[in-house]
Amino acid sequence: MSVEAVTLAFGGVKALAGVGFDVKPGTITAVIGPNGAGKTSLFNTISGFYRPSQGAIRFRGEDITALPAPQRAKLGLARSFQNIALFRGMTVLDNIKLGRHAHLRTNVFDALGYFGRASREEAELRRDIEERIIDFLEIDHIRHASVATLPYGLQKRVEMARALAMQPKILMLDEPVAGMNREETEDMARFILDVRAEWGVTVLMVEHDMGMVMDLSDHVVVLNFGQVIARGTPAAVQNDPEVITAYLGAGDVGELRKKLRGGAVLEPNA
Amino acid sequence: MIDWAYLFEVSLTGIASGGLYALAGLAFVLVYKATRVVNLAIGEMLMVGAYLFFTFAALFALPIWLAIPLAVLGCGLLGALIERTMIRPLLGEPPISAFMVTVGLASILVGIVEIIWSADQRRLPEFLPSTPVMIGDAFIAPKVAWGAGVAVVLIGFVLVLFRYWRGGVALRATASDQGAAYAMGINVPRVFSIAWVASAMIAAVAGIIVGAIGGISSSMGVFGLSVLVVVMVGGLDSVLGALVAGLFIGWVEAVAGTFLGGEYKLLATFLVLVVVLMIRPYGLFGTHEIERL
Repeated sequence: MSVEAVTLAFGGVKALAGVGFDVKPGTITAVIGPNGAGKTSLFNTISGFYRPSQGAIRFRGEDITALPAPQRAKLGLARSFQNIALFRGMTVLDNIKLGRHAHLRTNVFDALGYFGRASREEAELRRDIEERIIDFLEIDHIRHASVATLPYGLQKRVEMARALAMQPKILMLDEPVAGMNREETEDMARFILDVRAEWGVTVLMVEHDMGMVMDLSDHVVVLNFGQVIARGTPAAVQNDPEVITAYLGAGDVGELRKKLRGGAVLEPNA
Repeated sequence: MIDWAYLFEVSLTGIASGGLYALAGLAFVLVYKATRVVNLAIGEMLMVGAYLFFTFAALFALPIWLAIPLAVLGCGLLGALIERTMIRPLLGEPPISAFMVTVGLASILVGIVEIIWSADQRRLPEFLPSTPVMIGDAFIAPKVAWGAGVAVVLIGFVLVLFRYWRGGVALRATASDQGAAYAMGINVPRVFSIAWVASAMIAAVAGIIVGAIGGISSSMGVFGLSVLVVVMVGGLDSVLGALVAGLFIGWVEAVAGTFLGGEYKLLATFLVLVVVLMIRPYGLFGTHEIERL
């Protein structure tokens, strides 16, 4: 997938100004940047919630800039949300099942009779979902629980399961470990790596946890004030003076570099 | 001394006419669930359905089996039109905007009806069987009984659809989280359309039955007032709530009207509303989130 010179303006405010980068198949790409840098706007533009005023988004060579979000979901773009957006009041299993909504093809008459295509698809759907995703994400014990009652970390995991049930080509995770403790973060990091290994899914994520970003990513894109200020391997980005300035303000750069290399967790507001 | 047989008869009639409240309540809940729009024009949409039926059956003298589907389809078309021209442009605006639009819509619909059909009271052609219905020793007016029957069948149908049809699942998902549903491949604008069309069609059926029982006039939209009580008591977003509260309010009205006098009917229902709102502000079966308007 590639994002080409995308500009997104709300009135006079440019949330994104000429943002461009590529996401290569099979990689884990992270978008980082201080709060308000435009990361979530970028995500919303890629998944089709916002229409950019300029620029294009290409997915497997196809221009998808004008496609509405449901169409993009069908093509294989699945996302999670920064603030968990599960269907509250439904069970974990129902939520996950809805993830395959985009790929189901039945009509009213099938459903009313509740046989034929509907039941075959239903059966296949159940097997597929239950065997692979639930086991994989270790949420077997809560499959019939109502999502609203689950602790935060598990809700995040269910959201990821739902995105996986969409059988995505690109999995977009908006702050997958925000608000998680160290242990939960490590679990999630492991899941992200395993997802790629097992399904060959490309991962694009927005994340604040610098330690995780540097450990996991193949490619890092740094946004600040709606512009790409650096991109490259984690190591290259870590040493980019502009990135350090953006994160920590101007100051004793040498000192801060040392800190960064030490693998300290950096949170812009921490 | 209470006459139990008489109370039973009155209660039956009340519950049967409550079926119509439940049906109209369902039309309201469908739209609220999917789009979070409080549709104050529900009574007027009901009225349009009844007038369309009147036009096809009485003025064009079409057979009943043709006039009913035509009226229902016509009303569905109206629902689609309303959604497309008045509601969808307000997507993302605060709920109060759409709410106010439906207030205006109610007046517009009354105006249109009065221009086209005049404000006179009219009678619909007879089409429901007229043999009295007896349950035990209790007598129910045939129209009321048949109306209740139709209402029960339709409500059951919608409940099943909600549970098993994928579109119903999409509607529940949209109701729960529009953003997530959209990202999940659910065509949210289409869900909106379908909800309005289905709601308008159900309202048309309710309107035809209400009109068949009591005649039609440009002021029959006040039926919507009782429907509002029903959905507030039942919970704005609960299909089950509309059903239970519809029957209950129908019963309360009948009993209060018979034993206390007609002028106590509305007093009794609104008293029920006040008590329910004090105890459970989100209604008997509603979701525990309250929209303040």
